[in-house]
Amino acid sequence: MDLNDTPEQAEYREKVRSWLESHKGEAPPRSGSSEDKSYIDARRAWQRELAEAGLAGVTWPREYGGQGLGPIEQVTVNQEISKAQVPGILDVIGIGMLGPCIIAHGSEEQKGRYLGPMLHGDEVWCQLFSEPAAGSDLAAIQSRARRNDDGSWTLNGQKVWTTNAQFASYGLLLARTDADVPKHKGLTMFIVPIDADGVTVRGLRQISGEAEFNEVFFDDARLDEDAVVGGVGNGWGTALTVLMFERLTIGFGSENFGSPARLTAAVAADPAARRDPEIRQRLGEVLGELLAVRFNGYRALTMLQRGQIPGPEAGLAKVTMVNAAIAATDLGADIVGPDALDPESEWSYLISFLPGLKSAGGTEQILRNTVGERVLGLPPEPRLDKGVPFSELRAKEKEALAS
Amino acid sequence: MNFALTDEQEFLREAARGALSRHKTIEGARNALEDPGALPDLFPTAVEAGWTGLLIDEEHGGAGLGVFDAMLVAEECGRVLASVPVLGLVPATAILNAAGDESLEAAAAGELRPAYLPARPPSDLEAGWTVESRSGMARAEAPRATVDGDQVVLDGTVAFVPDAPGAELLVAIGETDDGLPVAAAVPADGSGVSVEPATRYDATQPLGNVTFASARGRLLDVNAAVLADAWYVAQSLIAAESIGAVQTCLDTSVEYAKERFTFGRAIGSYQSIKHELTEVLRRLENARGLEYYAGWARGSKPEEFPLAASAARSAAGRALDFAARSMINVHGGIGATWEHDAPLFFRRAQLSRRLLGGTHDATDRVAEQSLAVAVP
Repeated sequence: MDLNDTPEQAEYREKVRSWLESHKGEAPPRSGSSEDKSYIDARRAWQRELAEAGLAGVTWPREYGGQGLGPIEQVTVNQEISKAQVPGILDVIGIGMLGPCIIAHGSEEQKGRYLGPMLHGDEVWCQLFSEPAAGSDLAAIQSRARRNDDGSWTLNGQKVWTTNAQFASYGLLLARTDADVPKHKGLTMFIVPIDADGVTVRGLRQISGEAEFNEVFFDDARLDEDAVVGGVGNGWGTALTVLMFERLTIGFGSENFGSPARLTAAVAADPAARRDPEIRQRLGEVLGELLAVRFNGYRALTMLQRGQIPGPEAGLAKVTMVNAAIAATDLGADIVGPDALDPESEWSYLISFLPGLKSAGGTEQILRNTVGERVLGLPPEPRLDKGVPFSELRAKEKEALAS
Repeated sequence: MNFALTDEQEFLREAARGALSRHKTIEGARNALEDPGALPDLFPTAVEAGWTGLLIDEEHGGAGLGVFDAMLVAEECGRVLASVPVLGLVPATAILNAAGDESLEAAAAGELRPAYLPARPPSDLEAGWTVESRSGMARAEAPRATVDGDQVVLDGTVAFVPDAPGAELLVAIGETDDGLPVAAAVPADGSGVSVEPATRYDATQPLGNVTFASARGRLLDVNAAVLADAWYVAQSLIAAESIGAVQTCLDTSVEYAKERFTFGRAIGSYQSIKHELTEVLRRLENARGLEYYAGWARGSKPEEFPLAASAARSAAGRALDFAARSMINVHGGIGATWEHDAPLFFRRAQLSRRLLGGTHDATDRVAEQSLAVAVP
């Protein structure tokens, strides 16, 4: 076993490192308020610099401004950006998930129009999938797009948990275009300009009190005929492409929320905690979980290097990471006491942030269903919605509620 | 980046699986609960497969392989509860090999059966070298050692030594009056040596309480780092054995969850069962990642081996606890009877978590090792 780069990888890493070394002085701070326009503008400018240096869209084909490299090089870039302690790209969702979907399913006009500004941070994108009544069961979305006589579409409905919508130019939106067929079949993917008439973005406050994501409302918003991505009625397949890229982006690109070094330093600095057997058990357990995530990451990278795309088992790493981060944060804060809840404390933000992360990118329960069925081969739960037209399904739900 | 088994390691694992499959190990584990003589003697299998010399240098007749390779063998043993004396043998040969001891050729050839008497190195909370005690939370002091030329005189007891019954050469660690650890190779039939059988609950893991009364052994020329390493080698091996056992618990439970129907459907379709088995898989995969970490660190980053081995033991031990109980739950009432294999894995889990300092001690070491290098 060997954790070292191949000579080619080492050469690439050196190139990335030296660029970051000479440009990191131009980078904005790693964190700032998403409601602060000047901070977001600085992040856009930094993304443009990264893109021009070939450090954004690493896996995108060259014809769309990418580098045409593999996921290993993307991971190398992520690692070096993290080591240089500079922020990465602003539009992780666009470049990591939505852009690749447009590359896979979009028309040549769409690729030509949208990919360049997305890559350079001129136009940030958001993902308009989840709804108040459709999260785990994403195909149950109710946002409705009706076709007008001139071929254009009229959109009504609501999306929620939409990261970056407050400064996004476009969203990739999943809507129902036919309610009289089973729910996975009547869906279509659209490109929606966020500044269009009838589109309203409203910040959604989280536990911390900050509004990092949004709800987005559509009231008779008009979409052009060419807003459709991947064909009418093919929305589910198009959405699955996004979810596959989400797995790659989250699995290898995300920062480690349960920072082991920070937790260990906090315990080490408190003489009473350091000798307390219970604290040490909790510390040992959580550090073990975080080490497991790290070394299983190397196993997954090895597979990736051999051309195997991560499968549903990647969900287990997310479950471990989130729960370990929660345990680590609880432990760090327990050592401090009530003062850990002061907004200035290093623990308070994570205490508020992590409960929601359990549901982000697939709830723990849904991830366990998927892993149980697709990795362990356990039988699925019987479903009451299979083959039933969506409109009837809704009627049944209303009936069940009334009785 | 290459964090996967080599072709040779895959082959070693397959060969181990093949060699063990020729014995009815699970049946033996059950029968031995009533008749210890019913346990198949797998030492000849170990000799034939070359496991006795796995860590011994080739110039002394061994295979010159690494601890990770030994862990892969241990994992296969754990999978079928095979009573191969891995825990006694492998750390003992690690020490003997580092000392260049005269017994190496015989040990590699399987003509002499060594066993390691586990001694835990000092920690940030406990200064001396300690060994298992017969009962209670407090650990016992390592045997008192007096160096006499090229010999060591030992006094004291080491309780619950894996594979001590049947061993011919005891690789013991004692502490001198100056607080220094010394290692000695003590013939098991020598004067002042007694090995009292102490097997508990899991018939496949023979245990013995070893008492020295002015017993004499050959001084082994090794430093404290080698002796500390042996402790972590033993931790890695018990981790690997546990991982093998967890895999069987999971496979057996998943099979049953697909076949057993209640209320008109397979029980594996219920989320309560599905999520419990997914949790077994999650713990198994995490333990396996740490097993690889330990194997890699022993060869490529020795300063992290104590952390890696302890983390692997901690995760694997807790995974086995969970998996063994889960296997009983998923199988319902039958899982709690001798009609099923589940109790055999449960017995292994119950013993494993209390051997070699116990799972919780390994967890504490993860904390200790991390705190030692914490950056404020």
